[in-house]
Amino acid sequence: MSRQSLTKAHQKITELSWEPTFATPATRFATDYTFEQAPKKDPLKQILRSYFPMEEEKDNRVFGAMDGAIRGNMFRQVQQRWMEWQKLFLSIIPFPEISAARAMPMAIGAVPNPQIHNGLAVQMIDEVRHSTIQMNLKRLYMNHYIDPAGFDISEKAFANCYAGTIGRQFGEGFITGDAITAANVYLTLVAETAFTNTLFVAMPSEAAANGDYLLPTVFHSVQSDESRHISNGYSILLMALADERNRQLLERDLRYAWWNNHAVVDAAIGTFIEYGTKDRRRDRDSYAEMWRRWIYDDYYRSYLIPLEKYGLVIPHDLVEEAWNRIWNKGYVHRVAQFFATGWPVNFWRIDGMTDADFEWFEDKYPGWYEQFGRWWEAYNRLRHPGSNKPIAFEDVGYEYPHRCWSCMVPCLIREDMVADEVDGQWRTYCSQTCHWTDKTAFRPTYEGRPTPSMGRLTGEREWEKLYHGWDLADIIKELGYVRDDGRTLVPQPHLDLDDPRKLWTLDDVRGLTFNSPNTLLNEMTPEQREAHLAAYRANRNVTA
Amino acid sequence: MATPTGRSFPHPELTDAEAGALTFPSSNSRTFNYFKPRKLRASMYEDVTMDVQPDPGRHLTQGWIYGFANGERGYPVEWTALRSGDWHAFLDPNEEWEQTIYRNNAGVVRQIGLNLDNARRAGAYQTWPRSWALFVEQHVGAWMHAEHGLGMHVFIAAQRSAPTNMINNAVAVNGAHKLRFAQDLALYNLDLSEAVPGFDGSAHRGAWQSEPVWQGVRENVERLTTVEDWGEAVLAANLVFEPLVGELFRSHLVMQIAARNGDYTTPTIMGAGEYDYSRDLRYTRALFAMLLKDEKHGRANAEVAGEWLARWTPVSLAAVRRLQPIWSQPPERVLSFEDSLDRAKERFRGLLSDLGLDEPKELER
Repeated sequence: MSRQSLTKAHQKITELSWEPTFATPATRFATDYTFEQAPKKDPLKQILRSYFPMEEEKDNRVFGAMDGAIRGNMFRQVQQRWMEWQKLFLSIIPFPEISAARAMPMAIGAVPNPQIHNGLAVQMIDEVRHSTIQMNLKRLYMNHYIDPAGFDISEKAFANCYAGTIGRQFGEGFITGDAITAANVYLTLVAETAFTNTLFVAMPSEAAANGDYLLPTVFHSVQSDESRHISNGYSILLMALADERNRQLLERDLRYAWWNNHAVVDAAIGTFIEYGTKDRRRDRDSYAEMWRRWIYDDYYRSYLIPLEKYGLVIPHDLVEEAWNRIWNKGYVHRVAQFFATGWPVNFWRIDGMTDADFEWFEDKYPGWYEQFGRWWEAYNRLRHPGSNKPIAFEDVGYEYPHRCWSCMVPCLIREDMVADEVDGQWRTYCSQTCHWTDKTAFRPTYEGRPTPSMGRLTGEREWEKLYHGWDLADIIKELGYVRDDGRTLVPQPHLDLDDPRKLWTLDDVRGLTFNSPNTLLNEMTPEQREAHLAAYRANRNVTA
Repeated sequence: MATPTGRSFPHPELTDAEAGALTFPSSNSRTFNYFKPRKLRASMYEDVTMDVQPDPGRHLTQGWIYGFANGERGYPVEWTALRSGDWHAFLDPNEEWEQTIYRNNAGVVRQIGLNLDNARRAGAYQTWPRSWALFVEQHVGAWMHAEHGLGMHVFIAAQRSAPTNMINNAVAVNGAHKLRFAQDLALYNLDLSEAVPGFDGSAHRGAWQSEPVWQGVRENVERLTTVEDWGEAVLAANLVFEPLVGELFRSHLVMQIAARNGDYTTPTIMGAGEYDYSRDLRYTRALFAMLLKDEKHGRANAEVAGEWLARWTPVSLAAVRRLQPIWSQPPERVLSFEDSLDRAKERFRGLLSDLGLDEPKELER
């Protein structure tokens, strides 16, 4: 189709909407934002008669690559260290994708602009595509990778694992609460525009370096749809900026969405890229370097900062602090260490770090060994059962952390932890901003202004509380993270499948009591609590 | 050839990490085992759809972690008056996932494109009587709005709300069909504006917005967009509006009379819409059959559905009655309005009877 006829065709389909006179569509999802009828153009002029064949062709290429990977025995060269993390990643990501589809009517209902509606409707179909194509990729991994355990329980494990819940924010955040906060600011302006770069571009590149060229095939195909979604979000943002009353809400939501996305996505993707790879070339970009390029330069400097010309206050301080956490405070390393500490309640295996890894980390993140090196040495030493307990239950100088009530990643930068009594309960937060998110942002008023549509933080937000006082073996059984012999655990702190004696079983973890730090915190006297919090913040948590 | 100096690239390593390389516990556990497939082996559709939208009633132990201001969370079952002993028992008989969605719709797009190319080359529109061209520009044109309104504000809206991924995906695909078909009609209208002398490509808007014959249909569509209960929206659109109004117009009028008026192209476009509806009806029937046969809630669901039928049947019948004058507009009339309506009512009765639902008394008023 020529460009001219595309323009004409797109002009024609704008005639499809009309001004209703008998009844107006239900307002199912409320927003505190206000939009005037403003003539904004559909940025991408997508027409379904060209869209469907285009996507079919993209699909054919993906499926062709899948066939090729199987015929070419791709799994003879994939790194198990990498594939194991895919059990977590691919359990999480189809839900955010489908949630994005479900979010589209929230944006459509909130924004009175039929031209924008067309782009949002096409996005809905894209997101159904992404969710199911990713599930299919996981199915292929399950069928052809050496260890299917973890893939086989995928969506159940996503729903009951602490790590799945962390990831679930990147999905639930799209579909619940104020319609614009969720479906525009959190989903499109931040998650899609900023963080799909690391998710769908940086991570596939690392997959390829680890022998897996199917993840890049699928995710680059997905990413090629994202540019349209980014334009949808930008159009709505410009409409919102046209009304002065929205400024305060936009600034609130950018702070919340930026920080939550950083906390969640950098925790997960940073770990996958830094600790899931075997590619330790010195000139291979670290996650921090990728972040600086994809997030700081491409998003913050090229996208966010130019918004200042509209008078919007953008969260410079939080962008800088996110970078500070990644570069100076070891955020990603602390998260990886936490995932590995909690290995018995994971549904994937985590490979220990070797000398080659140590050298790379020290080169990329000077001072890494002093903080983390000896702990990973202990992890390796304790990786097999028989003469020791799982590392979390051995004295290696690592204190199990409190969980952040808002982002649900634990409070790993210990000196930054905030504790407060909120809604009648002592809660811990990883940072000032997460504290603000719960105490100030997700409330029915904001800076004295009623925000009746704003969502709430709900649910059993501290996973450990569900199992306070339980025996570790019973927890794992309850979670269903046991292999088909009824006793060997799905998670293992190593990749050694060659000898059954190296595999941990329920018997090896029985008799270990698991506790909820938050429950214990709430049981303390005020004096005990104060002393505990001070000691927590002061503890560098370094293995001697 | 020499390697450029300083070039760095990852070095693949043979790892032997393929299935079957070793035997150990779960080394052959190669099915998603957290749901029970309908047949012995799970279909691709089940594998890529089941449990992607979690449910506190199944595996979601921490519950939904975000709530609306009124305390509702996730996908509340209260967002419809229908009840089910197991919402997850619904599987879309069309087994829609991305591959089927794009294959089907791309196939329809290609079919329409070929038909239109051929019609243009053959000069097919030149034989149209002026009165038929008028009928197409106004009435066939007006129908695009009905499809668009249902797609954008009924089905796309409803796919946020049902308690399982299987239902929401089926409804989402329904929405995509409607939008594509609306655009098919709009772009057909554009083609005709360029190919048929005197064809007014803007007449459809006036017809839809203010021609008395279309105001009943427009009112029906607009009222459907106000329905908050997703179950009611799907029933009122697919089990009432579609058989009584949609099929009546598309199949029992346009497709019957077009050829007699020298037009063999319009029925091929309308046929695409009927094909879409046949798929959409299939999931709708499966969904309501499940709910009406529900051991615990079947009777209550039948009552709810009965109330909805009583509410929406008169709306759609009123729309149909107001459409009646257009039956006499084409120069060649093959069938009377009453004949068309009888066929539509028969179809409607058949659908209800298959589901075991009582015929609303409003049907004979």
